[in-house]
Amino acid sequence: MYPPSLVVTFTKKSSVKMAKLTSLFVILLSFFCISEAVFEDQVGKFDWRQQYVGKTLFAHFESNTQSSKKMFVATDKNIFASFNSRTGDLLWRHVDKTGPEGTIDILLLHGQDALMVVGDGRLLRSWDTNIGGLNWEVVLDTGSFQAACFVAIQDTVKLVAVLKKAAISLHYLSNGHQKWVENLPDSDAVQYQAVYSGGEEEVYVLGVVPNSHLTIIAYSLEDGEIIKQRSVEASWLSSVESSCVVVGQGVLMCVDPATLALYTLPIQAEETPEFSQILLQVLYLSPTVSPGFQPVLVSSQPHPARSPLSEFFLQLGPDHHVLLQLNADGYTIAPLRDFQPAFLVSFATTGKKTVAAVMTPKNETVSRHRVVSFINYTAVSKPRWLSPLPFPLQACAINLFSVDSGRRLLDTTVLFPLEPNGGKPHMLYVHAFLKKDDSVGYRVLVQTQDHALTFIQQPGRVVWTREEALADVVTMEMVDLPLTGTQAELEGEFGKKAGKEHGLFPMVLKRLSSQVTLLQAWLAHLWKLFYEARKPRSQVKNEVTIETLSRDEFNLQKMMVMVTASGKLFGIDSKSGSILWKHYLENVQPNAAFKLIVQRTTAHFPHPPQCTLLIKDKDTGLATLHVFNPIFGRKSHIALPALPRPILQSLLLPVIDQDYAKVLLLVDDQYKVTAFPSTKNVLQQLQEMASSIFFYLIRSEHGNLSGFRLRKDLSTERIWEVVLPTEVQKIVAVKGKRPNEHVHSQGRVMGDRSVLYKYLNPNLLAVVTESTDAHPERAFVGVFLVDGVTGRIIHEAVQRKARGPVHFVHSENWVVYEYWNTKSRRNEFSVLELFEGTELYNSTVFSSLDRPHLPQVLQQTYIFPSPITTMEATLTEKGITSRHLLVGLPSGAILSLPKMFLDPRRPEVVTEHSREENLIPYAPEMPIRTEWFINYNQTVARVKGIYTAPSGLESTCLVVAYGLDIYQTRVYPSKQFDVLKDDYDYVLISSVLFALFFATMISKRLAQVKLLNRAWR
Amino acid sequence: MASVPRSFLLLSIIPTILILCADFACCNTGRKTGDGLDTDFSGFSVPLEHSFEVDDVSRFRMRGALQLRGGRETSVSLSQSQLSEEDRNTLKEVAAVDGLYKIRVPRVSLTDRQTERQMDGYLTAFVRACSLVESHLSDVITLHTDVSGYLIGVSIVTIPGACRGTEVEDEVDLEAFNTTLTIIVPTNAPQPETALFIERMDIEHEKRGKPQEQKSFFAKYWMYIVPLVLFLMMSGAQDQSGGGAANGGGR
Repeated sequence: MYPPSLVVTFTKKSSVKMAKLTSLFVILLSFFCISEAVFEDQVGKFDWRQQYVGKTLFAHFESNTQSSKKMFVATDKNIFASFNSRTGDLLWRHVDKTGPEGTIDILLLHGQDALMVVGDGRLLRSWDTNIGGLNWEVVLDTGSFQAACFVAIQDTVKLVAVLKKAAISLHYLSNGHQKWVENLPDSDAVQYQAVYSGGEEEVYVLGVVPNSHLTIIAYSLEDGEIIKQRSVEASWLSSVESSCVVVGQGVLMCVDPATLALYTLPIQAEETPEFSQILLQVLYLSPTVSPGFQPVLVSSQPHPARSPLSEFFLQLGPDHHVLLQLNADGYTIAPLRDFQPAFLVSFATTGKKTVAAVMTPKNETVSRHRVVSFINYTAVSKPRWLSPLPFPLQACAINLFSVDSGRRLLDTTVLFPLEPNGGKPHMLYVHAFLKKDDSVGYRVLVQTQDHALTFIQQPGRVVWTREEALADVVTMEMVDLPLTGTQAELEGEFGKKAGKEHGLFPMVLKRLSSQVTLLQAWLAHLWKLFYEARKPRSQVKNEVTIETLSRDEFNLQKMMVMVTASGKLFGIDSKSGSILWKHYLENVQPNAAFKLIVQRTTAHFPHPPQCTLLIKDKDTGLATLHVFNPIFGRKSHIALPALPRPILQSLLLPVIDQDYAKVLLLVDDQYKVTAFPSTKNVLQQLQEMASSIFFYLIRSEHGNLSGFRLRKDLSTERIWEVVLPTEVQKIVAVKGKRPNEHVHSQGRVMGDRSVLYKYLNPNLLAVVTESTDAHPERAFVGVFLVDGVTGRIIHEAVQRKARGPVHFVHSENWVVYEYWNTKSRRNEFSVLELFEGTELYNSTVFSSLDRPHLPQVLQQTYIFPSPITTMEATLTEKGITSRHLLVGLPSGAILSLPKMFLDPRRPEVVTEHSREENLIPYAPEMPIRTEWFINYNQTVARVKGIYTAPSGLESTCLVVAYGLDIYQTRVYPSKQFDVLKDDYDYVLISSVLFALFFATMISKRLAQVKLLNRAWR
Repeated sequence: MASVPRSFLLLSIIPTILILCADFACCNTGRKTGDGLDTDFSGFSVPLEHSFEVDDVSRFRMRGALQLRGGRETSVSLSQSQLSEEDRNTLKEVAAVDGLYKIRVPRVSLTDRQTERQMDGYLTAFVRACSLVESHLSDVITLHTDVSGYLIGVSIVTIPGACRGTEVEDEVDLEAFNTTLTIIVPTNAPQPETALFIERMDIEHEKRGKPQEQKSFFAKYWMYIVPLVLFLMMSGAQDQSGGGAANGGGR
């Protein structure tokens, strides 16, 4: 809200000189109005940031001492990070390029150095693990990466060997210099898959010709000369990588699922010409192999300078592991222990001792059960979601076993509690250390299928949990929190049903009782205030739990419902950022598309709020629904419609059923419509409204936009069709307007006091296309504004010499889009605004069917000095506050760009009228001011989306930026015009008031006395 | 379907021709290869079909023919017949049940006749039948093309567009279409106006008058420097030892 009155007073007494001054003043004033920055003491007051790394691929612990605090992970998001293992906080994090260029192939840890091969063998990097600095980086020769290992010379690890498809190279650990590189012989036929070094003078490369023979090449460490080369008949072997490991004194151990046999072959020895076979039958193991399961071998090489352990695990089924030992003779095997059931196994070494950690399921009623009760909320409503009190919680137990004997070590059991709605354990990383009494202690890091990392200490204390699924948020919504019990009771009293059912006397009683409860609550609040006032501020903690959740005065605290790509849903408190509930949906395909719909808000007490998640498989198009309560995350037990056919479109109607849930319509590939909920009431309403329910479908692969109308029998009728030939351009994105958007002002007051009315079509779609011709001279970006009901093309514009990616925002009566100018090679912003003109066609109601005249379209383009990654507009309760665009930049900054700068009416030449209207004169370049960065130094890595939600305060808009990190803050596009400042001087203003009051009293008295005296005279 | 008895039949179909040529003098739509086609190009016609049924199942019938002339100046004209008695009655019935009046044109290219046959399908648009009736068949049909001259959409609106429920008694009002026809080609979105801005800045600079010549340091401050030097020289003359150095520094 810019104060135009100020400007007017100046311009009224305008002379030529004055005008110049005023124009300067206007510009200055406008800059002052929109400059908004965070003061130092506001940092972290309204905002928070959470940093994530993604799904862990490799994890290592620092040295094996009890006091070590660091652990290192490399993830599928191309991130190498270090955690503090005591708190789970990030110590440092390196975010590499996305996509295959930054993929981490392997992470090896030795002492202070972390070795990493990046981008399918493109780069070899060494990191200093203490500070996370890069020691060195070398570019490797081309070729896809196969394997890497450390190589020791005389008991000290000095080299790293990198095996590629056709070459092997050795690099010094100290500086990355290449010691030698050798081409592998016959690399077209032989697939080289493994490299092994056991501390000898040679490094061995293992390759296989599938189902034919195995090739072993020994290279001299000194100069890369081939010392030995031999091939061994192995017609059963298809891959060294998946079925072979090296155990003991350089013995290759392979498993063949077809014959159910283990094969051993000493790598170094030349005298053994072939594998020796040991049938699993001999080990009494054969009948237990699960059908269709590929057995897996797990071995451990605790130190690169020494040969691997002679003990190894053989996994025979999803929950069946056997610990085996290779005898000293090198070809006989002794079974040590059979683990069934056992989900996960892992070796861990500390000092001279090596132990095996085994995770087994444990079904029992856990004594420390977590029963969630909802005291306030359920007390008033029906206690329908109270779960039966002690409910069984599945847990897992982890035990340590001595590797030499297979005996269980005493007092090493760690309980791993499984979340009732979480994923199953997926990986186990063990950090073993020697305690003071020389016994082995350990901590475990468990990775579950939902990408969560849990760090557990003996005897089963969960030290921390990181929800890494949040590194890939797909969509989100913000839901209002429910009222507290007392507020809800008051609401209930004035509710619809209350008056009809009860008589006068019960109503009075109810009224009194609710007043008493209110008084009680107020007294409790006062007591709490008084109690906490005596404590130092640092100790006062406002722990947010699911029980204490309630809406605050201005509705600034909301529940953020986040949907992640892994299929895990989260409920996060927007004020503190703490995760209040989580729910993992199993069986979600990795390429599924999600759409989150709020069907019922919290406003319809006592009906609980209801969210519906539409999960659509991208390949088959089949969809499933997950209906849940967004406040508690609990799945609702509502009958779901059967959806046997692929779903094309879903639309939320403003129609509500008798339980105040909005109706969701799902359109399948035969254009049949399914309603959810589909009660009789809803179907009846739909029949009545059918002729006014229109929807559109877009098939971008055909360039086809078509509109449909609902018939009374819930079948549909195609009523319009627009086809953009795919030979010329392809549709890249379509956006409508947000349904919860309010526009306060119907028009804009112009300088001559006339009104320019906005074209506010709620059914308008912005369709953005890109040309198929990618030549910089002929490439273009097309912007079509199409009415979603009638299919009428309202506006059609072509941005020449432009290319995507196009980011755009469609709101109110404007569309802002950003593209890449191929000629000038820069990013440009363009804004389209639609106006009806100075007269409204029909001022009472808007109907797409009755707007014969096309709107006036104004457009202007600006240069933007930075590429952008995402864009969204602020949203406020009533739409009075001026709008800002929130622009996510690749640097991680979020820019709050006033819409005032993106106004096609910015004049080229300043006139009296434009000055009166407070328009900024046109400048081709859009400025980026550092004080517009709403997230100061809290950069959001790889920002992917920005979500805005209105709060109860008109001035305030809640913003969540998500990507790799999550950042939540508030923005005040027109400053906080409806809130008193924190440092508002109440004492001064009241003392002035009182002083004035008394002054008037006294002066009145004095005046009276004076009058009286004068009268006597 | 139309059970209304035919009271009289209009045998002589008078082809009413309503032509509106939308001339786009500036329709430089980037058809850079179209130069050769412009010269030997004569118009061609495509059918304009319409459908209005009480049961809302589309059955398209001929309404008229669109005469399209592509090239540098795209123009279009429409020749259409009057509505028959039967059609008029159907239209009124459809209007009574709030049915739709739909039109469609085949997908064609205005510039390139070769690709015309390859494209299949139609472009469809609709308007409420009641508004068509109440506007006495005054409609505005707009054809939209893309940059390369393909028809991508068609739209129909009536003026006035509202359905107020007024009865149209006069049969004559529903005989002939009063059609306004336009072709809309995509507009070119503006580029950032750098040249104009720079020009404006230059003018403003000139207005403000020539900026003062950057005077040299000495020219500006000679009045301070000369006394200082003089003073130093004077003091240097008195004190022989540091005179030279002070002089050099003061300069």
